[in-house]
Amino acid sequence: MDLIESYKEELQLVRRNWTRAWVLGLLVILLLLPLYCPEDWMQIAALVCIYSIGVQGQNLLIGYTGQISLGQAGFLAIGAFAFGHAARFGIPWPLALVVAGVVAGLFGVLVGFPSLKLKGPYLAIATMGFGIAVYQIFVNSELLSGGRMGLEVSRIEPWFGLSRAAFTYYFNFAFMLLFTIVSYNIISSYMGRAFIAVRDNDIAAEVIGVNLTRYKLLSFAVSSFYTGVCGGLYALYMRFLNPDMFTFMDSINMFVAVIIGGLASVEGSIMGAAFVLLVPKLFAAWKHLVPVIFGLTILVVLIFEPLGLAGRWMKFRLYFRNWPLR
Amino acid sequence: MGGFESRSSRKRPTLFCSKGLRTGVEFMGLLKVEKLFISFGGIRALAGVDFHVDDGEILSVIGPNGSGKTTLFNCISGVYKPDEGEIGFQGQSLLGLSPDRIARMGVARTFQNLRLFMHMTVLDNLMLGRHIKFRKNPVHALFRIRSEELKHRATVEEIIDFLDLQAYRQARVSDCPYGVQKRVELGRALAVEPKLLLLDEPIAGLTSEEKEEFAYRIMEIRGRYKTAILLVEHDLRMASRLAERMVAFESGVEIARGTPEEVQSHPQVIRAYLGEE
Repeated sequence: MDLIESYKEELQLVRRNWTRAWVLGLLVILLLLPLYCPEDWMQIAALVCIYSIGVQGQNLLIGYTGQISLGQAGFLAIGAFAFGHAARFGIPWPLALVVAGVVAGLFGVLVGFPSLKLKGPYLAIATMGFGIAVYQIFVNSELLSGGRMGLEVSRIEPWFGLSRAAFTYYFNFAFMLLFTIVSYNIISSYMGRAFIAVRDNDIAAEVIGVNLTRYKLLSFAVSSFYTGVCGGLYALYMRFLNPDMFTFMDSINMFVAVIIGGLASVEGSIMGAAFVLLVPKLFAAWKHLVPVIFGLTILVVLIFEPLGLAGRWMKFRLYFRNWPLR
Repeated sequence: MGGFESRSSRKRPTLFCSKGLRTGVEFMGLLKVEKLFISFGGIRALAGVDFHVDDGEILSVIGPNGSGKTTLFNCISGVYKPDEGEIGFQGQSLLGLSPDRIARMGVARTFQNLRLFMHMTVLDNLMLGRHIKFRKNPVHALFRIRSEELKHRATVEEIIDFLDLQAYRQARVSDCPYGVQKRVELGRALAVEPKLLLLDEPIAGLTSEEKEEFAYRIMEIRGRYKTAILLVEHDLRMASRLAERMVAFESGVEIARGTPEEVQSHPQVIRAYLGEE
């Protein structure tokens, strides 16, 4: 029996006991990952954690606010290089991460301005232009990109005597957890509601008192903050940066992760991030076929589950909640 | 109809003195529209519209299709910018203000073809109506501090009770029947706590039972929330039952105004609705 006794209770992040149980179980499985997981998979897991932050940011923009952006790699690059340069100036890494997020966020606001006039595919093209422009600027400016050898980023030495792989995993897992919780908080707040209102019906949103300019720009800022931090963590993970890590294909990859994971879903973003990183890894033995398999799996997912992995997951949960009824 | 006496006994500084029907009694003008012109390409949607809405009254605007009623609403709520003319609300001009500024001044509206947030729950739609009343603190958003949310939830629950939406609270709006969606849109506008409520064909497409309910609710809103209502309605019978005054439009021009009886018996109105003899 699902009885809610107060409004406050209804606003909890995880409300049902059963949900609490499996979320806790999942957390334990993920926390114990270094105990049973080979090192190379742990590397991938860390990368999924990093990537999912960016995908969440992208999903806030595309899935929740309905503003399509194909220039995410641009923000990723800005975040990564901002982090790299900040770290070089001797700024400690937590602060450098904030710098990465804020710089990317400011550029997000800048890119957000066309969104006040452009909609749908037109905005997608405009943001795509931004992504490509950023790539070109980094390629052509040795000052920004760190020259032919790329920009080196010093690593953080593992804490608590953990192995390097385990530390990298825990470090990025903690960030993913933090950003996931913040995402859930944002979407359930007045801010998230305003974002969805802009997406569902911008005229009604405006007439009800939602300032379109403010919330579109805010959405771009928040989204690119996420992506910037994602870039910063990526820089720490790779330990060296060059502009070729942030091409248009990377923007597309992130977009695919959002669609596959499920629009307007936080857990979907994580699943989408895992998907775009795990499929190439799983089929690594057939290296030349990876793009084909990648494309085919995307097709299959979209044909059979337009709501993405999150949609499948939701139906799965609904099935068990209602069992044995259908 | 209890609001009538109390309104006339209220003494407030007069900004616009109402002309026409109730001369002799002093009312405070709430909305005043003067010589409004707007055209789209070659089509003149509004050609010199003049009228006013008093505090707490129900004014209904009637007219055949394409007579500019909805265009008028769009001008008042800031969706369209009129070419010429003036719209004054509580002595302030609404011209050039963005729709959200106008909403914050106390004008709420519903739409002819429902404009709801279809993928959200009924509750979230109503909570969005409270958006302008929210104290918006990003820190609250990020760290799940929900005191403000709870405060406004209480107001929204009152509206849910008033509109009988309890059963649909957590339902997605797109899954709700049409009649419920209409009520949700009304509720969303009410949640703004408007001083002026613009209702664009609120009972179009409802069953006769739902129409009766809606009519009752519209009267109740006036009594309970002390809101002035500007009503666009096709159903003449309903429009005359609800409103104290009526304005009739045809092709963007006013053709009659007065009490419902006067307007309905006006030869031009009859011609516009029924055609020539």
